[in-house]
Amino acid sequence: MLVLDRVAVRYGGVQALDAVSLTVIPGSVLGLIGPNGAGKTTLVNATTGLTPLAGGTIVLDGRRIDGLTPHRVARAGIARTYQNIRLFGALDVRANLAAGAYTRTQRLDAAAMQALLARAGAGELDLDAPANALPYGDQRRLEIARALAAEPRVLMLDEPAAGMNPAETGRLVDTIRAIAASGIGVLLIEHDMRLVRAACDAVVVLNFGEVIARGTPAHIGRDPVVIEAYLGTGAESLA
Amino acid sequence: MSVLADFYAQHSQLIDQIGVNATLALSLSVSLQAGQLALAQAAFMGIAAYVSAILAMNAHWPLLAAIVTAVLASTLVAALLAYPIRRLRGIFLAIATIGFGEIVRVFANNLNVTGGAEGLSSIPSDATTGVIYASLAVVALGLLLLSRTKFALAVALVREDEYAARGVGIDVGAIRTLSLALGGAIAGLGGALYAHSSFFITPNDFGFARMEEILVWCVIGGVTSPLGAVLGAALLSILPEVIRFLRDYREVTNGIILLAVILFAPGGLASLWRARRRRAARTRA
Amino acid sequence: MIWQQLLNGLFLGAVYALFAVGYTLVFGVLDILNLAHAAIFTAAAFAALSLAAHGVPLPLAFLLAAAMGGIIGILLDRVAFAPLRRRNAGTLVPLISSIGVAIVIGAVLRGIYGVDEQHFANTGLEGAPAIRLGPVTFTTVELTIFASAIVLMIVLSWMLRATALGRSIRAVAADRVAAALLGVHLERTIAATFFIASALGGAAGVLVGLEYNSVTLDMGSPIELKGLAVIVLGGMGSISGAVAGGFIIGAVETLAIAFGLSEWRDAITFGVMFLILVARPTGLFGRRSLRQA
Repeated sequence: MLVLDRVAVRYGGVQALDAVSLTVIPGSVLGLIGPNGAGKTTLVNATTGLTPLAGGTIVLDGRRIDGLTPHRVARAGIARTYQNIRLFGALDVRANLAAGAYTRTQRLDAAAMQALLARAGAGELDLDAPANALPYGDQRRLEIARALAAEPRVLMLDEPAAGMNPAETGRLVDTIRAIAASGIGVLLIEHDMRLVRAACDAVVVLNFGEVIARGTPAHIGRDPVVIEAYLGTGAESLA
Repeated sequence: MSVLADFYAQHSQLIDQIGVNATLALSLSVSLQAGQLALAQAAFMGIAAYVSAILAMNAHWPLLAAIVTAVLASTLVAALLAYPIRRLRGIFLAIATIGFGEIVRVFANNLNVTGGAEGLSSIPSDATTGVIYASLAVVALGLLLLSRTKFALAVALVREDEYAARGVGIDVGAIRTLSLALGGAIAGLGGALYAHSSFFITPNDFGFARMEEILVWCVIGGVTSPLGAVLGAALLSILPEVIRFLRDYREVTNGIILLAVILFAPGGLASLWRARRRRAARTRA
Repeated sequence: MIWQQLLNGLFLGAVYALFAVGYTLVFGVLDILNLAHAAIFTAAAFAALSLAAHGVPLPLAFLLAAAMGGIIGILLDRVAFAPLRRRNAGTLVPLISSIGVAIVIGAVLRGIYGVDEQHFANTGLEGAPAIRLGPVTFTTVELTIFASAIVLMIVLSWMLRATALGRSIRAVAADRVAAALLGVHLERTIAATFFIASALGGAAGVLVGLEYNSVTLDMGSPIELKGLAVIVLGGMGSISGAVAGGFIIGAVETLAIAFGLSEWRDAITFGVMFLILVARPTGLFGRRSLRQA
């Protein structure tokens, strides 16, 4: 279980995150939504140790992880995908999966790799294909498989459906639900509301670095505060 | 058989040189594989050369002990250097390490024990061709075995994408330190062998010109390929001899060949080698 | 005594700055370290030597030699950098390419001029009157050299700020793709950049050759690496930074000599540079865009 308690992040004079609290429960999917610039990726970066906290705590399975260096956070059991895909492009699928399993003691054999790809919805991928030669959707799915290879406790997906067509997005729902069902806690950052409604058990809404609403997807969709945040002047800069 | 012996007798100096240069090229290749443009190899080489020479001459240490100590010295320096440069990347890392090299050169130029600007001469030259190539073989074998390990995977991942590497749990700082130390060890070995196979060493043997040379070997061979590094070193060591007949035009030819490889074979010799093998495989199939 | 040393540092620094500006201009626009810069520095010095020996008056020889340096710079780009740009070769390969060109230039110079040290003959520079100004003494030659360097840097600064070419250069430095989309003629701008950078480097070479009345094949070696220290100090890609850095390094060096540490001055210079990089991994003033020239 991942617990963020009143997490704050400051960039120069700007309060990027202000007293944000949320909980990711193993076996469930928590959606994190909000207009552009709301702080969603900042929250993921703060959780994975890339950005220092200005306040608050982050606890994973009873152990504080705020202040740990990024590789220690990864070893503690948090895996993620990136808004702009960060595969090891020049390396092949096999190497990318081996990379994901770096912290594991057991080496992945071909069968295990195929299983990971299948869980991510990419079972047909050729292990020897170079990662940057794959079609966009496959790259995103490979990134998920790489994250799964680490056998994480918590998986953070940063806009995994970006650039996917409706069919792929539909398959992504199944992928995410299956991952949660295997006992992992999933945090899903997304703009695609259909994906959020179908995949998430609960949703937290961020705007200007603050939590403005939380609840079930259906509930959130009707919340006037949320609607205003999206349709209002949320595009203005934070300064 | 005597043809070979004659050949060797005529070219033993060159053959030794190729062995030492290949070792030096491998040392830089290790850093380049980790994506670090750490240009301190010539300095590590120099440190070990002086340590080994001084131990052999002043303290009368046997060759093996002197070389091993020299390698330990250069490795230690490399490991220590890794700490202050840990946040440097790209051109800044290159410049910082070049600066470090200059500092080492100035020390060698000014200290009494290193013989100052005149350097050291009459170094016991018991690093025979056998010793040089045995060392090269050990290094090559070691790197080959290393390439099957997780460390090698981590090095490649750090080179490809440092952030993603952290994200999968790799301690990037540790990997960079280890690869720099490994490079320092191999460069040190090359340096010690250089000292014991040349008649004298001076501070200018280990300056920026040498560093440029080593860098050129690696890039010609194929930046991230150890095999390429060895090929590049061998080719460019032999070249001056082969085009000896061009006499005054040797240097110009050197430069032109360098440019030709860069412009027409960008992946270096190693990529040409791989392309040949691929084509051979295709014609067989 | 200290004033004299500082003045010496000022004069030395001016030349370092002029040389470093060429480095930083190319780096700012193309992100590459041009290691043929020192070879062009040397080539221009030899060119001025030859021109002067054939009776060309010094000021004209200076300008012609600098211009020749600029032309070599354009050729350098055509041969060694432009083909690599087309195939997106990164930053390491062009560096090696520039080494190749440097080797070729050095070899050509050696072929033409041989390995001996050369001097400017009969330039009227010997016996130049020394001027005394309070605690300091300098010759008109030194003053002219200093003034030339300063004037060139001022002209460059003005050009970057006030002319269309300058704007194009700054645009390409800031964002190559955007600049091209906005109609900047990329290759022409890059060629102009190399001309300017190499002409300045060549000018520095002629000035150094005149200052010490000595032109040798390896006169570029000491300054080649010092130039790196200068741009680290001043900020990669910043003209004013290169100027400031040049003067600081000049001051550090002459002070080292003044304190009797002459043989250690290179170690001090690079030691300072190293410490700066450790403290600020992107140089003292970081990566500034040429906008702040």
